[in-house]
Amino acid sequence: MAETHSLQDLQQPAVSSKVFVQRDYSSGTICKFQTKFPSELESRMDKQQFEETMQSLNNLYAEAEKLGGKSYLEGCLACLTAYTIFLCMETHYEKVLKKIAKYIKDQNEKIYAPRGLLLTDPIERGLRVVEITIFEDRNIGSGR
Amino acid sequence: MKSREYQQIDPKALPTPTQSPPSHQHQAVGDDGRTPRRKWEVFPGKNRFFCDGRIMMARQSGVFPLTLGLILVTSGLFFIFDCPFLVKHLTSCIPAIGGVLFVFVLITLLQTSFTDPGILPRATPEEAADIERQIDDTGNASYRPPPRTKEVLINQQVIKLKYCFTCKMFRPPRTSHCSLCDNCVERFDHHCPWVGNCVGKRNYRFFYTFIVSLSFLTAFIFGCVTTHLALRAKGGKGLMFALQESPGSAVELAICFFSVWSILGLSGFHTYLVASNLTTNEDIKGSWSGKSGEAVTNPYSHKNIFINCCSVLCVPMPPSLIDRRGFLPADEPAQTSGVDLELPNPNTKSDINVCVQGPKGLLESAALTPLLATSCPQGKPQTALPCPENTSALNSDPSLELSQRCGGTHHNSKTYGSTSPPLPTKGRLHKHKRASSHTPRPTFDDHVSPSSHDGNHRSTDRGHRGAKFATLQ
Repeated sequence: MAETHSLQDLQQPAVSSKVFVQRDYSSGTICKFQTKFPSELESRMDKQQFEETMQSLNNLYAEAEKLGGKSYLEGCLACLTAYTIFLCMETHYEKVLKKIAKYIKDQNEKIYAPRGLLLTDPIERGLRVVEITIFEDRNIGSGR
Repeated sequence: MKSREYQQIDPKALPTPTQSPPSHQHQAVGDDGRTPRRKWEVFPGKNRFFCDGRIMMARQSGVFPLTLGLILVTSGLFFIFDCPFLVKHLTSCIPAIGGVLFVFVLITLLQTSFTDPGILPRATPEEAADIERQIDDTGNASYRPPPRTKEVLINQQVIKLKYCFTCKMFRPPRTSHCSLCDNCVERFDHHCPWVGNCVGKRNYRFFYTFIVSLSFLTAFIFGCVTTHLALRAKGGKGLMFALQESPGSAVELAICFFSVWSILGLSGFHTYLVASNLTTNEDIKGSWSGKSGEAVTNPYSHKNIFINCCSVLCVPMPPSLIDRRGFLPADEPAQTSGVDLELPNPNTKSDINVCVQGPKGLLESAALTPLLATSCPQGKPQTALPCPENTSALNSDPSLELSQRCGGTHHNSKTYGSTSPPLPTKGRLHKHKRASSHTPRPTFDDHVSPSSHDGNHRSTDRGHRGAKFATLQ
């Protein structure tokens, strides 16, 4: 964090609060987040957009965990090599995680940051929650 | 703008919410004031890390050295004593096959032991506060609230998610808190002292491959040694002569003979678990067996054996969630072990998920070795599943066994608890037990009582092994 202590410094908008979007376990243990729009964000952004973001995230995680022909093949090959291929190559899940990180960065730049919000990649929170940081907007517009 | 119902968050206490990865921020410095610290150094669970966070194990390595030792010794003796003879008299494929199996077993064992089983990192203070706020809407903090549960509907079944006081979060389904490692582990199967680690979502496939290949290896060595001795004893020379010529084979024969059954049993048991998409934990607790009288089925099963197997063994390898090698941001307070809310309640005792099992083994050990340090009984771990406390018979055992760990005799044949280490073999004890305990219970309940007779065969082994295990925890 920056050295400044002044909450009025434009470069360091004060953190107002954090909203946590929890996991949705209704489909089992797969990684899926609730798409319900948190009330704290009502004044900040469009419900539709938020739900779209969450739905895309859920789709990406579903893709990461998908059981398909490719994952069977990867699994069988891994088994035959005593799983040593995991040491050498990037797994499917890791590839999708990179995609997710990129998507979140994108969303932050385009949609959330202009509204004083920030999405934290769930992987940094152990895939437990999507943390949305709400910044105080009292500095916006005040030049200093 | 919005009213704060809870304590104001001090911005300085929070990590800078910039999206840059921690390594780009000011890094927490180590003791010498220069080295940035990595997250594994402040990991709150009871784990040990090696190679700068690349390898991890439980803090108590249990009998992992023994497992490794037995495998190495038996295989070594096989290659030294039996292979030359068999190559000469039979075929040189034998050492080749043996070698492949041995390498396979070793690699999968090391992977099971050294991989993160699927540990869930503890909730950050803000998350914990948010959850607390949602639960304690009354805002009454003067007494400890009752254990918290949340219900979810999965596949038309109501599943209760329990709140973990140590990790400060609601445990996802199938997650359990291992008290030996002090971590919540996803898709928790059991804590295995033989591999010195928990077996969970991420390393179950390694574990399964390990025990299956170990059964092949043991059966293979057993077969080869028998053939070897038979060939040597041919022509009327007798078994004693053969054994004198090849003393190593006697040792191998003993080890393999006693272990092959338990290992095969264990592999069979885990094959059943994989095919029905169950965990050892769920099976022991009978979560889906309809004990409560309702029609409960396993909501996670795909109702198809092939799909179940694939979903357990072939699912894309999930990532490790604990980011061992990431750097600590300079301003982030290290999450020290969450002992502040530790409840000295039965829940923690029931969290013991060590793979012990074996009412049979229990009686054997009870009969023969007064000194028993057994690995923790696989108690009723706290999972997301309803009321582990209902398994009262079993529940009491972990506590019982815990207190008796170092020296008690375990008389309770009903518990799947205490491993009875005294089973001689390459660490198949618990596996044997587990296998036995998991074959339909009535069968084993029957065996449980008279099992001491079996123990008698192994008294010598057990005798000295019992001592060795005296320090096991």
